[in-house]
Amino acid sequence: MKSEQLAWKIRRHAIEMTHISHGSHIGSILSVTDIVAVLYNDIANVNPQDPKMAERDRIILSKGHAGAAIYAALAETGFFDISELKTHYADGSRLSGHVSHKGIPGVDFSTGSLGHGLSVAAGMAYGAKKDHREHKVYVICGDGECDEGTVWEAAMVANNYGLNNLIAVIDHNKMQSLDFCENTIKLEPFADKWKAFGWNVINIDGHDHFELKNAFLIAKASKSKPTVIIANTIKGKGISFMENNILWHYRYPHDGEEYDSAIAELKEQMPAGITDRYRAEEQKL
Amino acid sequence: MRDTFVKTLIDIGRNDKNVHLITGDLGFGVLQPFKELLPDQFTNAGIAEQNMTSFAAGMALQGKTVYTYSIGNFPTLRCLEQIRNDCAYHNANVKIVCVGGGFVYGSLGMSHHATEDLAIMRALPDVTVMAPGDLVEAECATRAIYEQQGTCYLRLGRGGEKRIHDKIDNFKIGKAIEIKRGERIAIFSTGAIFDEILETSELLKISGINPAIYTFPTVKPIDKNMIIECAKRFEIIVTVEEHNIIGGFGSAVSEVLAEQSVPKARQLRIGINDMYSSIVGTQKYLRDIYGVSAHKITARIKDTLDE
Repeated sequence: MKSEQLAWKIRRHAIEMTHISHGSHIGSILSVTDIVAVLYNDIANVNPQDPKMAERDRIILSKGHAGAAIYAALAETGFFDISELKTHYADGSRLSGHVSHKGIPGVDFSTGSLGHGLSVAAGMAYGAKKDHREHKVYVICGDGECDEGTVWEAAMVANNYGLNNLIAVIDHNKMQSLDFCENTIKLEPFADKWKAFGWNVINIDGHDHFELKNAFLIAKASKSKPTVIIANTIKGKGISFMENNILWHYRYPHDGEEYDSAIAELKEQMPAGITDRYRAEEQKL
Repeated sequence: MRDTFVKTLIDIGRNDKNVHLITGDLGFGVLQPFKELLPDQFTNAGIAEQNMTSFAAGMALQGKTVYTYSIGNFPTLRCLEQIRNDCAYHNANVKIVCVGGGFVYGSLGMSHHATEDLAIMRALPDVTVMAPGDLVEAECATRAIYEQQGTCYLRLGRGGEKRIHDKIDNFKIGKAIEIKRGERIAIFSTGAIFDEILETSELLKISGINPAIYTFPTVKPIDKNMIIECAKRFEIIVTVEEHNIIGGFGSAVSEVLAEQSVPKARQLRIGINDMYSSIVGTQKYLRDIYGVSAHKITARIKDTLDE
């Protein structure tokens, strides 16, 4: 599979999952999708046949509210059955709205409260270094999440211990729950902050798969510093009426025009070589 | 007690290179022997307890057994959600160590009085909660939480605690220890307040009262069987803790007693009466002010017997 194909499938699942469950955070899921697709498809050493293999790369989605993207990526890469995605948010389901590791092959860490993931990832990277292990630790954070003080505590510690095996990606969609980041708690100069904290900083278009792959490869080659990839993204990417619209942080695609238009727009973007597994009658579940 | 902890942890760490000690920039002098002997197993995470705790969870998930160390409320309340989500929910081998349970740092002010920690830590699923009563219990507890898979909380005194037990046979998490037999009254205590209980026992003896004494080095899981057994044998169970009266050790005992059918002992709960201390003083002084000194405990027991 190509990462572009996986990304399309993640978006397709995400629309379906939030539509069925009336779930939140579709805007955030769509913004992080390309990062997740490239990471799982082309970069991370993970194995659906052996999800707990010792030398696997660790991946933490610190912005746990976009967990649907991880679930979809895992299901599409063979960690569990795709049909389970429909249970997202449902009574008795293990697929919680915020990503959970309990009973779910391929998820290393549960999140949901922001500002935890980078610290945990730094601890994993530090522990791995102590034992001279070669795997990398990837953590995907939100930009709004950087309001949390612990992000910067972890940033200092990671620099202090030269955690070059730690790679953070910021899904920099410029929006948070109620408003744009710059109208909430100013992040700028964002890249300079990370530089000042001693990190390698790579600024890219977070929807360009070539740039994403390249950034990951540069980050993996870091000799002495942790790397942050600031992936400039668009909240709601791929669905025109969701893009850059704060409404879609919480709103789900309702029956009728919203859902139908979202699916129609996605179908226009479908890469060659894949099919849409959701049949017309299933769309109304 | 803290020196005993460090000495014991050095012994454990020498035999297991995966044991790691992280401090939140506290333990001046105290942690020096560990740092000198096992430098690769020691980390100062700086003054950032929230990061320290998540970081420890991350290390634990890479196969380490990580002891986080700080004083008072810093390793617990300051980073409560990190303990809940990152350590306990992930069953991470993080052992949270607090030096200064209760009024140890009495003179430093309210911020440094750790008087709600047992209640709060006890409320978290999958967290073992321990508060050793003397140096021997402290050593046993330090070893026991190393053996115990998952997240544990160890509440220590500071220094100057006595060695009360000669040795403890069969120390087990979740098991209370009978110190002495007695009649009518059984006194249960947890943590370093134990020395006040021994004094209480002497004071009661003068009045011809001979209480049984038990220590509970484990607050969670509480020793249900011992409580039920004592409820049958004694008229009054007295619980004593250097902690708020709400939610801690006395409450844990109450929860067991409340579900028993007769015959059962009534309970006298002694602890800090749901308040913060805005005055300062030595541990000994504040214990007396807040009703958990030997003299105050003795008076409460006598009053209860007279009722």
